[in-house]
Amino acid sequence: MAEVSKSRPISPHLTIYRFKPTMWMSIVHRITGGALYFGTILMAWWLVATASGEESFNTMNAVYGSIVGQIVLFGYTWALLHHMMGGIRHLVWDTIHAIEKEQSTRLAQATLVASVCLTLLVWIIGYIVR
Amino acid sequence: MSLRTPLSRVRGLGASRGGTEHFWRQRLTAVANIPLLAFFVIFVIAYNGADYETLTGALGNPIVAAIMGLVIISGLIHMRIGMQVIVEDYIHEEFAKLAILMLNTFFTLIIGALCLFAVIKLGFGG
Ligand code: HEM
Repeated sequence: MAEVSKSRPISPHLTIYRFKPTMWMSIVHRITGGALYFGTILMAWWLVATASGEESFNTMNAVYGSIVGQIVLFGYTWALLHHMMGGIRHLVWDTIHAIEKEQSTRLAQATLVASVCLTLLVWIIGYIVR
Repeated sequence: MSLRTPLSRVRGLGASRGGTEHFWRQRLTAVANIPLLAFFVIFVIAYNGADYETLTGALGNPIVAAIMGLVIISGLIHMRIGMQVIVEDYIHEEFAKLAILMLNTFFTLIIGALCLFAVIKLGFGG
């Protein structure tokens, strides 16, 4: 058994495939998932600073409101919405829908378009209601 | 040395020893995450730029606090399993893998403890 488990195939073999939209979106899904993992620190600081009192709330607000803060939050918004769209795509595939070549490619392209549009929408509304 | 045949072992839990439990829980939390994180994004947009009293008031609403708690729990269970999959894909050295999986659990629990305590404190009125 030991030899078998040593030589069993390991994933993922990125280097042997031709890049296609579905493959790009698969990689991006993993990267955004990993980014969101560390992005939970942003959520934790937001909640902990707010729960700690007005002074720490104001510090947090100033950092998140700065240019760098806004850029990071913009990236976080896109990562979250893109991962959400990608996740929905995965769930659709799990029900054995849209897995044909053309459909899956179109779905992959749609996730990117949707995530970019939604991110812009969220930020435009965010600035309007502010 | 086990007397069970390889087939019998695989039928139960498979090579990961966890069977399909992680796969299923990843889907379950993915489905739950869709409305929960949509709520989170909308909440943040609605209260962006709000002052301290307004935000703490909103987070003091029991329904908001309860949903926020679910956002945290579902999101963290999901991300811990997700990160475990990534680690298992790329880290093949047994000790390093165990150590990083342990850190994965610690990170999740620390973020979870901080977020949940903050949400509960705010829920009880700061
Ligand atoms: C917003 C709703 C979300 C949905 C619908 C969703 C959906 C999914 C799905 C279906 C997978 C499995 C993909 C696969 O099998 O290849 C996945 C993986 C993952 N998710 Fe999410 N997710 C969401 C939010 C989040 C959040 C908030 C985080 C982090 C805090 C996160 C972190 C991850 C990670 C780290 C993975 C593993 C990525 C990989 O294996 O390539 N997800 N997500």
